[in-house]
Formats: sequence, C-alpha cells, structure tokens
Amino acid sequence: MTALLELRGVTKVFSGGFFSRVPPLYALEDVSFSIPEDRPSITAIAGESGSGKTTLARILLGILSPTQGEVLYRGKPVSQMAGAERKQFRREIQPIFQDPFESYNPFYKVDHVLTTPARNFKIGRNRAEVNSKIEEALHAVGLQPEETLGRFPHQLSGGQRQRVMVARALLLRPRIILADEPVSMVDASLRATILDSVYTLNRQHGISVVYITHDLTTAYQISDNIIVLYRGSVTEAGSVETVIKKPQHPYTQLLVQSIPLPDPEKLWGELAARGDEHDGTIGGCKFASRCPHVLDICRSSRPVLYQIEQHRVASCFRYRDSPALAEGDITTVFASPAVEARA
Amino acid sequence: MTRRRTGTLAVEDLKVYYDTPEGVVKAVDGVSFVLKPGERLALVGESGSGKSTLAMALMRLTRAPGRIAGGRVLLDDVDLLRLNTQDMRNHRLRDIALIPQGAMNSLNPVMRTGDQIIDGIVDHVGDDGQQPSKTALREKVRSLLERVGLAPQVARMFPHELSGGMKQRVAMAIAISLDPLVIVADEPTSALDVIVQRQIMQTLGQLQEGLVASVVLIGHDMGLVAQFAHKVGVMYAGKLVELADVRQIFRDPLHPYTRLLIQSLPNLESKKKFLGIPGLPPTLLHLPQGCAFHPRCPAVIKGQCDSVPPVWGEIRRGQLVACHLYTETKS
Repeated sequence: MTALLELRGVTKVFSGGFFSRVPPLYALEDVSFSIPEDRPSITAIAGESGSGKTTLARILLGILSPTQGEVLYRGKPVSQMAGAERKQFRREIQPIFQDPFESYNPFYKVDHVLTTPARNFKIGRNRAEVNSKIEEALHAVGLQPEETLGRFPHQLSGGQRQRVMVARALLLRPRIILADEPVSMVDASLRATILDSVYTLNRQHGISVVYITHDLTTAYQISDNIIVLYRGSVTEAGSVETVIKKPQHPYTQLLVQSIPLPDPEKLWGELAARGDEHDGTIGGCKFASRCPHVLDICRSSRPVLYQIEQHRVASCFRYRDSPALAEGDITTVFASPAVEARA
Repeated sequence: MTRRRTGTLAVEDLKVYYDTPEGVVKAVDGVSFVLKPGERLALVGESGSGKSTLAMALMRLTRAPGRIAGGRVLLDDVDLLRLNTQDMRNHRLRDIALIPQGAMNSLNPVMRTGDQIIDGIVDHVGDDGQQPSKTALREKVRSLLERVGLAPQVARMFPHELSGGMKQRVAMAIAISLDPLVIVADEPTSALDVIVQRQIMQTLGQLQEGLVASVVLIGHDMGLVAQFAHKVGVMYAGKLVELADVRQIFRDPLHPYTRLLIQSLPNLESKKKFLGIPGLPPTLLHLPQGCAFHPRCPAVIKGQCDSVPPVWGEIRRGQLVACHLYTETKS
C-alpha cells in the first residue's frame, strides 16, 4: 500500500511565546495516519470544538507546519517542497471550507472562484476549453451552469454556494478533497445534496475525501472510516460500522449517546459522564476526569492505541489486554471502502 | 406571590411584516397555536421561514423595519400586543422570558454574571412594592445558579471566563429568575457541542418541569426537536403548514413538506440515499401564488395548489395541516 498523504507522529503545540505565562496548548498530539493512493476512500475526522480537528485540517493542507513529526506527500516531506512541486501539492489537495458566505468576495460574480484557479493552474488551453471544464464540474455537483454562472454570491442560496465550492475543488482534478464542516452552516434540507455531491466525487471521480465534522450522523452516512479526536489525541478509530454503531471508548460512547436522534421513541437517557470542562490533567488519560469507567491507572499514565478488533483501535486502558497498535498508523485497521450500491 | 399562575399561551392569527423599499415582506403571516402550561412546542423551519421573527414577536421585541401587523398573543387572557410599553416590560421576564439565539453573546462582557442576573429581578420588584435586601438577592442568585447546574462562584465571574455551555446556563438562570409562565428559547444550543447541547437541553427540560412553564423552542435541528418537544409546528415561508404531537409528526407526517423534511434526515440505522428537498425556499418578497410550497411539492395539484391558498384545519385529531391534499378529500 502506498500512501498519497501521510502524517507521521504529528504534534502541534501552540504556545504564547517565551515570556507567556499561559501553558502551551497541545492542539494535536502524536497523530499518525495516511491516505492510500490505490483505493480512494472517505475518512471522517470527528471531534468537538477544541479537539484539534481544524488544526489537523490546516496541517494536511500545508497551511500550518507541525511542531513535531512529518507530513509526507507521495513519500516526500511537504515542508521541503518548493516551486513546481509545492504547486502540484497545492493542486492535488483541495479544501472545501465551512462557511459558504465568507469563501466568496461579494464584489465578484461566482465565476471568479472558478476562473481564478482555472487560470492559476492552467486547466485548459483556451477559454472555450476552460469554460467547458467549468460547466462539466458544475454539472457533476448537480448545478445548472446557466443558473449559476454570471450571478453574484448573494443571489445564490447557501446550498448552491457550497456546491459551487465543491465544483471548484473538482475542477482542479485533485487527488484529495478536504472538507472542513461543509454542511454545518447549511439548512438541513440542503445538506443532503451537498453530501451527495461529495460522495459522488469519491465514488465516481476517484477522489479521496477527508471529511472533518462534529456530526457523527453525517459522518456515518458518507464515510468508510472514522478517526475520533478528543483534545488533540485519537481516542478511537476504525470503520464507521464498528466505531459509530458499537463505540468502545467511553468518550465515543458518550458522543454517540448524545446525538439527538430524530426519533421521539429513542430519547436520550440519563447522562453518565458529568461536566463539560476538563480539569487539565497532565500525564494521565485526557478523558479521565469525565470518564464514568475511570481506573487508577488512567490518572497516572497515558493509554496507547489498542487494537481491539480487526477494524478498530481505541486508546483506553479498559482494552490494555489487546495488542498495542504497531507503528501507530491508524490506517492499518481501516476497512476498504465498501462498493455497496446505495438503495 | 399573589398572581394567578395558570399561563395558557394563545397565539391568534399573528402577523409580522417587514417594510422594505421593495415591498412588504410577510415574515410571519397568520400563525395561530395554543400552548398549555407544561407543554413544549418546537417551531421548525428552514432559515427565512419566520421562526425567529415569531419568537421575537411573542416577546414583543420586534424592531423596525419589522412591525406586528395583526393578531393577538394572549397570556391568561391578557393580550400582550395591546399592553403599553411599561406593562409589557413588567410582563417580560416575569411572565414570558427569552433565552436568546446565541445566548452566549447576549451577556454583558463588562458585568459580573451575578449582577446581570440581579438586574432583571430588581427591575421587577415594583410589582409587589418590596425591594429585596442584598443578602436575599445574593441568596437568590446562588439558588438560580444551582438550579442551572453552576457553582456559586460563577456569580463573581465575567462572561469571558466562562465556556460556551456555562454562558448558556447563565442565560437560562436569567430567564427563569422570576419563574416565568412561558419560556421562549430561540435556538438555545446552536453553537454548542453535542454533549454540552444534551446537558443544556436536559437542564432546560428539568427547569421547565419544575416551573410547570411552557416552552416555545425555535430550532432547525429535527433531532433536538424529537428529543425535547411535545408538539411540533412546521413553518414554511411565514406560515405554519403542520402542527401535531411530536410522535405523530415523526411517524406519520401529512404535509408533503414535513414528509420531505423527515425523509431527508440522516440516521444511524443504515446508510441510505441522500434525499434532499428539491428546489429552493422562496423569497418572501415574491411568494408563489396559492400554496407557497407548490413549486417544490411532489404532490402538487395543478390548477388548485398554484392558485388557491390552502386552508389551515384539523385533519386528524390533534393534527393541523394546511394542504389541498386533505381539504379535497373532506369536501
């Protein structure tokens, strides 16, 4: 298995500077995973605010560089890339951001977000070729070019704007699309169409997707595998069928139990864990202070990732009898993308 | 307390219009419902459906260019819309309290939370003429914070020292400080994480049950609505299109819009095809003729839905709908 994009032991620390009295913040701690080249998949990165998911996204895009560890693209450290190589990296990994309003300059027509990258990356030899590629990309995300082009951003709905962003990403024929909360600011009735176009990018155009979200329901719906982060560390990872259907880490269990299911017959039970604040435990498991199953060992040492079953790892001492994950690359337990046809 | 505390809220044909240079925007157009003490009603709809405008109108906090163009908001037979400004001030917080949208940003950043809680209480003591002592107020703040699950020390803190969930709890403490009859909660958890969201909603539920108050929850998250509400009102383009018991809405919705809304919800049971609602919500300035939903409706009846507005009526026991599909079978 060759890795297209690989994170090796990535740690990101934000500190207030030499004279700062604020303790350094570990936004990410020792995260390793990779996106394989040969089978395009959808990987969800899930977590609450403060879990480090946006820091991870920025590191994957090369906007931030890790404090420790490496990001490799096609086996080469991204930090050492320059010139044409860096440009190719920039082209092959494309972002879709959260806010469909702020991604646009209101003074320009929406065409601008499509023609600018088309020009920068020279996707066509002449204007006619560029235009036909733009139209093709818009069709691929379910938009009619004649209803979209030539308009200003405020004349489109949030859902349409976000789909233009998906089309923009697709236009550059990237290898990886990184979608950071693409539907959290869009109405529920329009979410489905955006997620559907992201899903299509993967299944029909062979683009790997990293789907960053706080919403486990949509993560379950579109992803093959999931990585759950809590305060910068991976708590549980594996195929969505194992992790979301039968969570084993107490934090993932709490998350899944807290999902407001749209079913009045399945109400939330009593809450097992308490407090929405962490006490800044140093040394032990980060979740120990909130964990309903906390053991003595949890307060003194940090659990590693244990492989509980074929497609699941969890960093929890309840599973310390299972083998520790060698190398720490979570991807080894990921399930291959299912080639199921959606009913 | 000498006041009668029954508190049935009856909204009758409420209309809130915005005057814009392009014309009159009917953001809320003829909404009616009745809410008994202890009931939780959720109003759901897409952005622009008028649900937040309705919440503000219930509080009589509509601001220009918006205006309340008609209807009544009856609380114990007192029409809040007919009260003078001073009387309305007295009713606000004491009888009908608001947990605002983005409550975390509604706190005063340069005032200790305890003082902000006291602010509202002190403003209302004119009613029975007694000014509570400082110790009584301090004790009141302590007990309010305890009821929303916060430590007494929080009273001495400033909003920036609190997390989002804690600020939301302070906003709830303010809202319940005078034991209101009706609590209007406008998307109270929209920026919070799922676990905190669950804690906040469960706390709100306990408070409401303790007070036997009614709650009007404004939201767009159908999951949250399913977890919290007893009754659900679905709004589309400024009108209620369906109102029923929460179980009924999820099990057997009648209006095609409600049906599509329920079908579009992702679940954790099985991976299914993504179903969206085709088309776009209309702009309120240029509403389609007849039923506002007809251009997106899969069950549209040509020659009827596109010309005649549907009538709001009880189709099944406790299930009110405005749709030609059902008026036809009746006539």
